[in-house]
Amino acid sequence: MTPRRAPSPVDELVASREIVVACGPGGVGKTTTAAALGATAAVRSGAKVLVLTVDPARRLADALRVEGIGNTASRVPAAAFTAAGARAKGELWAAMLDTKQSWDALVRRHAPDRATADQILANPLYQNVTGRFAQSHEYIAMERLYEIHAEGEYDLVVVDTPPTRNALDFLDAPQRMAEFFASGLLRWLVAPSRSRLVSIASRPFYQIADRILGTQFLGDVAEFFLLFQSMYDGFVTRARAVSALMRDPRTTFMVVTTLEAVPALEARQFVAALGERRLHLGLLVANKVLPASFSDPDAAAVAESFESRAHEVAGVLARGEGPELADATLVAQVLQEVGRSFANFERVARREAELLASMSRSHEVTATVPHLRGDVVDLSGLLEIGRHVFGAPG
Amino acid sequence: MSGLLDRKLLFVTGKGGVGKTTVAAALGLLASERGKRVLVCEVDPKGDVAGALEAEASGFVPREVAPGLFVMEMDTEASLREYLRLNLRVPTVGRIGPVARAFDFVASAAPGVREILTVGKLCYEVREGRYDLVVVDAATTGTIVGQLAAPVGINELVKVGAVRSQTRWMLDILDDRATTGVCIVTTPEEMPVNEAMDLAARLESETAVHLAALVANRVMPELFSRSEQEVFDALSGAGRPAALASALGDAGDAAVSAVLDAAELAVRIRRSGAAHLERLRDALDRSLPLLYVPYLFGRAHGVRAVRRVAESLAEELGG
Repeated sequence: MTPRRAPSPVDELVASREIVVACGPGGVGKTTTAAALGATAAVRSGAKVLVLTVDPARRLADALRVEGIGNTASRVPAAAFTAAGARAKGELWAAMLDTKQSWDALVRRHAPDRATADQILANPLYQNVTGRFAQSHEYIAMERLYEIHAEGEYDLVVVDTPPTRNALDFLDAPQRMAEFFASGLLRWLVAPSRSRLVSIASRPFYQIADRILGTQFLGDVAEFFLLFQSMYDGFVTRARAVSALMRDPRTTFMVVTTLEAVPALEARQFVAALGERRLHLGLLVANKVLPASFSDPDAAAVAESFESRAHEVAGVLARGEGPELADATLVAQVLQEVGRSFANFERVARREAELLASMSRSHEVTATVPHLRGDVVDLSGLLEIGRHVFGAPG
Repeated sequence: MSGLLDRKLLFVTGKGGVGKTTVAAALGLLASERGKRVLVCEVDPKGDVAGALEAEASGFVPREVAPGLFVMEMDTEASLREYLRLNLRVPTVGRIGPVARAFDFVASAAPGVREILTVGKLCYEVREGRYDLVVVDAATTGTIVGQLAAPVGINELVKVGAVRSQTRWMLDILDDRATTGVCIVTTPEEMPVNEAMDLAARLESETAVHLAALVANRVMPELFSRSEQEVFDALSGAGRPAALASALGDAGDAAVSAVLDAAELAVRIRRSGAAHLERLRDALDRSLPLLYVPYLFGRAHGVRAVRRVAESLAEELGG
């Protein structure tokens, strides 16, 4: 099939954008598409490109075959491009978000002094927040993106987003963080350790909390919040700056989906949510699309004949096509199987075509990536995706 | 192998998008059709068990959507209220309100609390024994370890108090292989299989819970036998699409090629999938059941799809 040429090709993107946030439902090839964009940008332009993956699972490392990438970025060697039959004009770097390490750095930066920072880092609650438990990824991902952008090391940063509870949770994370620290409830909560005076109003809470959690744990909680509060100004200012960066004209979003019913619906919700927040949608990528020929009526007629006229056709082939096709019964079986298989794919292809048409009607920026031969396991696979998404030689 | 449904608590997890919710709903449906009283609990905020069963959305209070099949949605604040009511005899809703808000607040910055309320509610249902089986449409591979590890973490953090003693009995339920198990769903693709392997290792090292089974979802059927494959290869060889077109009479070469392409794609997907599942098989204990669910070319969601998946699982499980 002919890939549709995206109206914002990679050159234009590199020229006008500094951040591309890849988002979309899970399992659609979001990480791979983000990596493909990064790799393509590095090949096509002289830009220094970073692909930052924030998912707890090490997907990008798998796709790029880079071992042990961490918070520190590592460069994808030029030899890897040569091996993929390409020459990179720019540089491709990859990094994996290390949540714990990023939190530690954040605390060190915002704590009023070294002693406070040490106290926070040693607090058992803090260690659990950043280490063991889920959900602290969302904020830190956007925070780290801000940090990298502010350092100005890269011309383009492509960031892969974590699968969040709600479509665009990660976008609201900075705002929630700011609200959390600004809240009076936080002050109320830490009041007893500060003044040793428990107000009448808060007494039932402490009584119950004490019975459930025990005094020592409650003490840890209070200390944790008290210490964290010392970082209030820094945190709130930073969270607002992170929010602003998402709305900055240098930032764009790439929504990735497949054309299956559930992911496609979620992708539409993503697109709508971006619109509501006045965030820029740069590209809508439909991944793993079946070729248009699978919904071609002529092909469907052939498939139907393979099933209904299998023996007749096999007979003709057996007479004129040499020894491999001499067994007419076996050939007929194969023809029927092939016909049925096409009919199966045709149903899927028709559903996909319908969805793609309705997506293309409402969004100008649709690109499709066909079902590629095999899995994407290396740079050449990423560059092939790049060719489809950006409709240009890699 | 039918031992899978004889457990009391099954967490169904997997990479996002592999069909976790459908499999959880199918396991619930299957168990209920075998005469068990089943609760399917939706924990993943992106999941929609009720939707998959085409039933009206349920809340924290379980609703019977088919005979013996109940569906509920996890709600940590409701779970806290229930906990307070049952354990501390905190009487009025009025007083619980601000407490719950404060707790919600603590939970948003001191996670572990939210996780423990989730896992705690599930363990509570198991202990109460109102259901024969609780199936959880759990969080994805990225976050489930955090959830399942929460009781261990809290148990280490909190030295005294009610929560400490609460986590003890939860760990007893979670740790017992005969009672609790995790079912990892994957598709026969590279990344989902990688994550399944990763998760299997982390479950053992970081949580008290044990892996019970793997489900390979959307497996492409084997199209050809070996001799059929040879014939197919010959049919797709140079000049052959044209010969096929002329044998058919009025067909174009392009249309014939498209039909052959589709079969080739099916073979290719099947082969690459088989290789990934082989990798998965090799990485895991051979005694773990690996259940195959075929790719559904028809509608891939809704109650009909759930039923098809349940039928496949029933065949795989036997008995």
